[in-house]
Amino acid sequence: MTTRVFVVDDHELFRSGVRSELGGDLEIVGDAGSVEDAVPAIEELQPDVVLLDVHMPSGGGRAVIEAVRPTRPDIRFLALSVSDAAEDVIGIIRAGARGYVTKTISAEELSSAVHRVHDGDAVFSPRLAGFVLDAFGGEAPQPLDPELDLLSRREREVLRYIARGYAYKEVAHELHIAVKTVETHVSAVLRKLQLSSRYELTRWAADRRLV
Amino acid sequence: MAQVNARERAPDTGISRARLERSRSDRMLGGVAGGIGRHLGVDSNIVRAGFIGLSFALGFGVIVYLLTWLLAPLEPATADVERQARRIRMPTRSQMFGIGLVAAGLLVLLWISGLWFGGDLGWPVVLAAIGFAILWARSGDEGRARWTLSSLGTPLGSVVTGEVSLPRLAIGSILILAGMGVFLAANTSLAAAGNMLLAMIVAVGGAALLAGPWVWSMGRELVEERSSRVRSEARAEMAAHLHDSVLQTLALIQRAKAPREMASLARTQERELRAWLYGRAPDLAGVRLRDAIDSMAGRIERQHQVSVEAVVVGDAELDDRLRGLVNACAEAVANAARHSGSTSISVYVEVEEDVVSAFVRDQGSGFDPDLVPADRRGIADSIIGRMERRGGSAHVHSRPGGGTEVVIQLPRRAP
Repeated sequence: MTTRVFVVDDHELFRSGVRSELGGDLEIVGDAGSVEDAVPAIEELQPDVVLLDVHMPSGGGRAVIEAVRPTRPDIRFLALSVSDAAEDVIGIIRAGARGYVTKTISAEELSSAVHRVHDGDAVFSPRLAGFVLDAFGGEAPQPLDPELDLLSRREREVLRYIARGYAYKEVAHELHIAVKTVETHVSAVLRKLQLSSRYELTRWAADRRLV
Repeated sequence: MAQVNARERAPDTGISRARLERSRSDRMLGGVAGGIGRHLGVDSNIVRAGFIGLSFALGFGVIVYLLTWLLAPLEPATADVERQARRIRMPTRSQMFGIGLVAAGLLVLLWISGLWFGGDLGWPVVLAAIGFAILWARSGDEGRARWTLSSLGTPLGSVVTGEVSLPRLAIGSILILAGMGVFLAANTSLAAAGNMLLAMIVAVGGAALLAGPWVWSMGRELVEERSSRVRSEARAEMAAHLHDSVLQTLALIQRAKAPREMASLARTQERELRAWLYGRAPDLAGVRLRDAIDSMAGRIERQHQVSVEAVVVGDAELDDRLRGLVNACAEAVANAARHSGSTSISVYVEVEEDVVSAFVRDQGSGFDPDLVPADRRGIADSIIGRMERRGGSAHVHSRPGGGTEVVIQLPRRAP
């Protein structure tokens, strides 16, 4: 079964580039160049995965997620950007995107990222892994609610490998665990990132004037 | 436009006819006489004559005129929206009324308690104040909201731009001069010694009252001019920067032959522009570890036309030891670019409390570290040796066909 993909990006060139690059069992069902066009089109076409530019006029990718998610929680979002700014990346993840990759990613990597997001997994680029490690600070003492608040040692290890440029498969090989386990860890990190109101995250955000 | 306004105003024309409003079209000073004339249905010149007549009765006419000016609203202008916006900031009519009552009460109190300055001082001050008000309230046209310092205009400039009528300027000036004259005439009996000084003070005061608005507005224009110059300089600087960087790179990309060269140019430009946009000045590369790693990655991208993905977690002040670490990383990245055949190299640097770690990884051809000839000193000297001299360590993990990773660690404090 093909995966139905919708592309939201205000750069025409980029949209047509993605259209021509992504093929195989990925079907581009539509695209939009603005938040206003994207929301009704996504609600009508009901794609499996939305590729979303972080930076767009009137709210960016985040506005699209916030408009679509309440009515269609099953649609998955993958953020794409050239942006280096931590606040944009963490912001769109916290809004509900299942991953973040930079636009310089190769076509094969992008297509495998789309599949992974479709399967419900998280997609961490090295850069996102770096941001998250930065946000959750160093090794903290045992917190009150370890389940939610802190990255486990294993999750931290996985993120570090990803930041070092290892693919999930290579991480699994290095840590002698299954690829599925790596994906579980990464998804757990994503959930923590979205739910956490943790002190360190707040402080990190404040340091970068995110709040 | 005109049609819209006409429609908007149509419903309340009936009310506005019945209400006392200062006239916009038929006026000499504040449109009071014109408004009253229209309200009562008599010629406005008769009303004016009445005011002038009443003014001789202890200044009664002047007081009525001023009160009407303050209390009666100006008839609606054509630019309704603008007026609406302005109205937000101005005191409501009841506030104005209250202020008027308080002022009148104070005057009466002074009068009753015998503290009234009397004709000697009182009338000159009143005359000068009225003249001043007429001059400074560029128009009074838009109502009391204009009676703020920031919206004052120049008498001369206003005449030139037609914002204030010549009669108003004349009446204002005459009133001020008359105030000065009455004051001097009434005070000639004062001590003769003070006369010269007094005359000077009065002259300076009069000049300030007359020219003040003009000077004030000159100052304002200067400030505005300066800020607009700052804005245009910022624009020019941005244009210059984009020209030197982005436009040049775009030109180079158009001439580039190989896609790889194109990609490398684009990446370098992206990195540079990003650093500029997010406020990382290029010369900061000598101050913070993060910036040093970023600029090292950019340099090697340019030199070797590979892409270097640098991720830094944490940050630290760059000292001699960390500079060594950056140089060792640079050597490792350059090695990967030269020998691995991989076009993409990952750099990951993590600053922890007691140690800084760096990982340089490629997914290229790899090699057997044990088989490196002894005369190839690159790794041994510039990476391992460099780190060991600083109390750190470096390890190379590689196998043929499996890519290479250089792991560098450096304790934060020297041993």
